[in-house]
Amino acid sequence: MSVSVLKPGLLSTLQDGGRPGHAAIGVGRAGAMDVPAWRLANALVGNHGDEAALECTLLGPTLRFERAAWIALTGAPIQAHLGAFELPPWTACQVPAGSVLQLGGMAVGCRSYLAARGGFDVAPVLGSRSSDLHARLGHERGRALLAGDLLPLGHASALHESGATDTPRALSWRLDPQPWFDFAPAPITLLRGSHWSQLDDASQQRLYGGDFRVGKDSNRTASRLHGQTLRLRAPLELISEAALPGTVQLPASGQPIVLLAEAPVTGGYPRIGQVAAVDLPRLAQRRPGDAVCFRHGTLEQAVARLSEREQALDVLLEQIAQRLQHDGHTRA
Amino acid sequence: MHWRCRRSVETAHIQFERLAEDALLLRFGERIDATINARVQVAVDVLQHRLPSLECVPAYASVLLRFDPLAWRDADSADPHQALERVVRAALDAGEAPPRPPRDQEIPVCYGGVHGPDLAEVAQRLDLPIEDIVVRHVAADYRVAMIGFAPGFPYLLGLDPALTMPRRADPRQRVPAGSVAIGGAQTGIYPAELPGGWQLIGRTPRRLFDVARTPPSLLAAGDRVRFRSISEEEFRRLDAEQNR
Repeated sequence: MSVSVLKPGLLSTLQDGGRPGHAAIGVGRAGAMDVPAWRLANALVGNHGDEAALECTLLGPTLRFERAAWIALTGAPIQAHLGAFELPPWTACQVPAGSVLQLGGMAVGCRSYLAARGGFDVAPVLGSRSSDLHARLGHERGRALLAGDLLPLGHASALHESGATDTPRALSWRLDPQPWFDFAPAPITLLRGSHWSQLDDASQQRLYGGDFRVGKDSNRTASRLHGQTLRLRAPLELISEAALPGTVQLPASGQPIVLLAEAPVTGGYPRIGQVAAVDLPRLAQRRPGDAVCFRHGTLEQAVARLSEREQALDVLLEQIAQRLQHDGHTRA
Repeated sequence: MHWRCRRSVETAHIQFERLAEDALLLRFGERIDATINARVQVAVDVLQHRLPSLECVPAYASVLLRFDPLAWRDADSADPHQALERVVRAALDAGEAPPRPPRDQEIPVCYGGVHGPDLAEVAQRLDLPIEDIVVRHVAADYRVAMIGFAPGFPYLLGLDPALTMPRRADPRQRVPAGSVAIGGAQTGIYPAELPGGWQLIGRTPRRLFDVARTPPSLLAAGDRVRFRSISEEEFRRLDAEQNR
């Protein structure tokens, strides 16, 4: 009925679409950092779409499946073996009962998603199964996986009519990871923030022209950017107000901070920019040491790109569902 | 502003800031001020009543609205912020909010000792007797201006100005849950064990945040709060009652 965690990996957490609607009582959304990758992983195993999947960071966990399951891997390319069988990404694979899935490192990128048919069925907290590490909400009070954890899988029919096998196998087709994963990182689109005009001239140029690097002190709350120091014309005294994922804050150190999925709900730093929503998953895939540079975009363009991406994602999700149905698979 | 007063909001002086694809900020001012915050609370009441699909996040002097930008692109406008701004202005201009008597919350606090390790130092630095700090902290009427920092953490307006106290130079890694603290001109309560730099003057046995409860947060923005000084013995008794 479940999955046993043999090794936890570097930072593996259950994530779904997050926990919206509770910011007024101090609860942030959390949720998958790379939302399209999470949604596609669920679709590949025939899930409805909002099931919790495992978000792995840089080094994945080792898991034993106590029952047969259909699983899919998306996001950053990750080493994945079931014994001698190399698990292909961006497709659904059947794993026999008792098999051990070894997830290793990622050649590029930072976060991989492992979805299982039926979803990881832990108890929802405030309507979500996402782990919020900072607020300690979610499975096991929102902590990352530890060796010995048991993760229940939701009830689901077999993806394939032919039933269980004792050897792992994958579907005959798989998705193209592009454009859903950047193998050659491109600039990140950044809208001007409320306090952008308060940056001094040189800092305005450095923000859009300079090379930044993702700091080692980055996490699900924020990417801390190093490599360029930015200065305001004069210090700003700001009072706390609501904060958002994607906001680029400038603390006194001059090193910008990009808030991510686990952004605190309030903050008081100057907001010098806002990462376009479509580029947030791409930024979330940059690992410590990776380069980041920004190009300017407008809010209007960002909304249009978001609309295009959502349409493309909806089309692909529908194609996956049809393909699974055509192959004789059913929804979970 | 008393709740029986006018319950609508003039929009002429509100600044609208387009923060992100799915976020619009309504700014009512730039200061921590009870009058400005009261306007924020009325605006939230009106918006939640008239536009329940929006997520409203009140702060000291602003309200953040989160919305689905693709759902707000209508026939008239491909610009979801413009469409939302129009509807929000109309709702606030027209909207009498349903009267909402503020909730009164009494928070029992055991001041000083192990529960308020900074109380003696605060008294010394303010050059006031310890008893005086407690009397002043208990005497005031507070308002929850906003919840933030952590689930259920209330930022309270109304601290006696004589108790204004800078944050600690060396923030603590672990502040115990329930700690009542002063940070600058504000007072607040740590709902869980958290890192923090405010001065700890006491501790409440009440649980400020519990996901098993509906609603999970004991306090909400707009609530009126008073503190009541309790003995160590009563602290232990109330604490034990809540653990049952």
